[in-house]
Amino acid sequence: MKSFVIFALITLALLTFGLYQALVAAPTEATMGDVQRIFYYHLPSAIIAFLCFFANFGASVYYLAKRCPKSDAVAVATAEVGIVFCTVVLITGPLWARPVWGIWWTWDARLTSTLVLWLIYVSYLLLRRYSAAGQNPVLCAVLAIFGAVDVVFVYMSIRWFRTQHPAPVFGGGENSGIDPRMAHAVYWNLLAFSAMALLVIWLRYRLERLRQQVDEAHATRAIAGGSR
Amino acid sequence: MAAPAIAHPAFGDVLRATLAKDLRLEWRSKEAINSMLFFALLVVVIFSFAFDLTAEESRRIAGGLMWVALLFAAVVALNQTWARELRNQALDAYRISPAPPEALFLAKTIGNFIFVILLEALMAPLFVIFYNLRSVGPPYQLALAFVLGTWALVSNGTFFAAMSIRTRSREVMLPLLLFPISIPALLAMVSATSTVLTGEGDAHLSLVFLAVYDVVFTIVGLFLFETVLHAE
Amino acid sequence: MSTDENSQPPSAPILVLQKVTKLFGRFAALRAVSAEFTPGRLYVVLGDNGAGKSTLLRAIAGLARPTRGDVQVLGSAKIHEVTARIGYMAHAPLLYDEMDAMENLRYAARLYGISDPARCEQVVRMVGLDPTLARRVGQYSQGMRQRLSLARAVLNDPELLLLDEPFSNVDIVSAREMVRLLGQMRDAGKTILVVTHQPILLEGVADESVVMSAGQIVARERGVSHAYRHDAAEVR
Repeated sequence: MKSFVIFALITLALLTFGLYQALVAAPTEATMGDVQRIFYYHLPSAIIAFLCFFANFGASVYYLAKRCPKSDAVAVATAEVGIVFCTVVLITGPLWARPVWGIWWTWDARLTSTLVLWLIYVSYLLLRRYSAAGQNPVLCAVLAIFGAVDVVFVYMSIRWFRTQHPAPVFGGGENSGIDPRMAHAVYWNLLAFSAMALLVIWLRYRLERLRQQVDEAHATRAIAGGSR
Repeated sequence: MAAPAIAHPAFGDVLRATLAKDLRLEWRSKEAINSMLFFALLVVVIFSFAFDLTAEESRRIAGGLMWVALLFAAVVALNQTWARELRNQALDAYRISPAPPEALFLAKTIGNFIFVILLEALMAPLFVIFYNLRSVGPPYQLALAFVLGTWALVSNGTFFAAMSIRTRSREVMLPLLLFPISIPALLAMVSATSTVLTGEGDAHLSLVFLAVYDVVFTIVGLFLFETVLHAE
Repeated sequence: MSTDENSQPPSAPILVLQKVTKLFGRFAALRAVSAEFTPGRLYVVLGDNGAGKSTLLRAIAGLARPTRGDVQVLGSAKIHEVTARIGYMAHAPLLYDEMDAMENLRYAARLYGISDPARCEQVVRMVGLDPTLARRVGQYSQGMRQRLSLARAVLNDPELLLLDEPFSNVDIVSAREMVRLLGQMRDAGKTILVVTHQPILLEGVADESVVMSAGQIVARERGVSHAYRHDAAEVR
């Protein structure tokens, strides 16, 4: 409990510092103006969404191999946190694109990959909800593997088969000669968001473990011969 | 009462037997084919009312339209072919037999593949007529795109259908699971078809992509099917 | 016609259940069931609805993986290894309605790797059906369907036969035929477990009753349990 509070406070501190970095310390971008600051939320969220996804993949593979309930709890937690960050990416993207390029959506390879990732997350969570209690974790783990294999193909297919439309690339141009203060803002926010992601994943994991334990307790009682 | 000689059932034998059985059952009941055909026809007609296209435009987007129609029609068939197994709990009979689960998966996939290819063969002329299509590029590439694309759709579709029949709201579950995973294949299929029809560019990349996609996902499906079959 | 225990050498149990528990969500269908079954006997499994009888059979057949505990069948903890030596029949016929009897059996034979073409005909005759009948299974009467389902279950000449309510909605003639057949198979050395709500049909054939209640085995008696004898559901 104590370590949790300490970690939460650290996270809060990091987030505050990151906010400062993004909104104050980083210089205003030459061509795009202050709107560009969304980038400091957009990019870290994207990175974390994908990291969560791969964590989910790892946990799912482990679950299928060992059938360990802890890894199932990790899988659920990372999926739910991942989809939140994914949603953030999909909202900040258009918010950025509209004032800057005049269009809501671009078929930028990375943004579109994130959209597909979001769809896969959604299907994962829906499967979780709609499958019967017993087979739940197994089916979801299988889906997670399909999803993970798919992500590779998704990125390639969008790059290769959507290039008819020349599209503005998110954050691609920035990397050439990026102002070090901007880089700092990105790194700090990445750190802050990672901390927050870990915090929430931890909470969700604990919640799931509790739920599993409650089910276990019910099961034990049912076996001992009571609840009917 | 002489005991029968039980050898371990051969993969190929089980595959052939299951495929033959499915084809025979479908021929007699015509459930999947009928619902698929009707649905596809409906989609084609509705599309042709919804989009009023010039010949040039048609060639560009016919590929996309066709694949969308196929996707929806295929989903109808996919649920049907597994629903049949559930009807008299016939799937249990397979589960308790020593027959390898992968053979069941392949047999179902091949069966569904045949049905969807049949559907395409019937729908393609309709598309050609309604949209005044004419292929500018080499037709063999078009055929290849159809074969590879259909397999991509059907192999994943068969797998996810097997998963979704055990869930609540199974009719909704299948498209929900299938569509996001199929997006890369869809992009490649549409790209290949449009490229060949318009004659602009080279479809090689998309075809190779589809081939790789097919191989990878078929292997993943074969690998994981047993887990799904016995998940309860 | 129970086998005389004294004249038989002690044999290793064909089926061992150790604290087998099966949970469906929070409902415990089987609660730490432990039991041993001797080969060459016909067991009748009795109990109220929801007692766990079907689940027990499914767990033994490998269709329901126990949440806890072990099932050892024919000496193996992995049911999938010995599945070729088990026969299972449920209330659902496990058959395809659009095919006729022989087509169904020939397909089932391929699943078991049975290469002898005469075997299908043999089992069909054994259950008293006509192998030349081209009628589709979907048009069978319940009695015929159950008989064919039994034929499918014994196709691979299993050492362990699991029957879940084989006589339900079956006419008395078919039912008596099936019972006679089961007796013959038991005499030939097979182990048979029959779940039924009509134990009176197995009077004189059953070796032992296994009574279940609320997910546990509560009693085991010789022959058909007295308590259930007059509770038998009406047989047509």
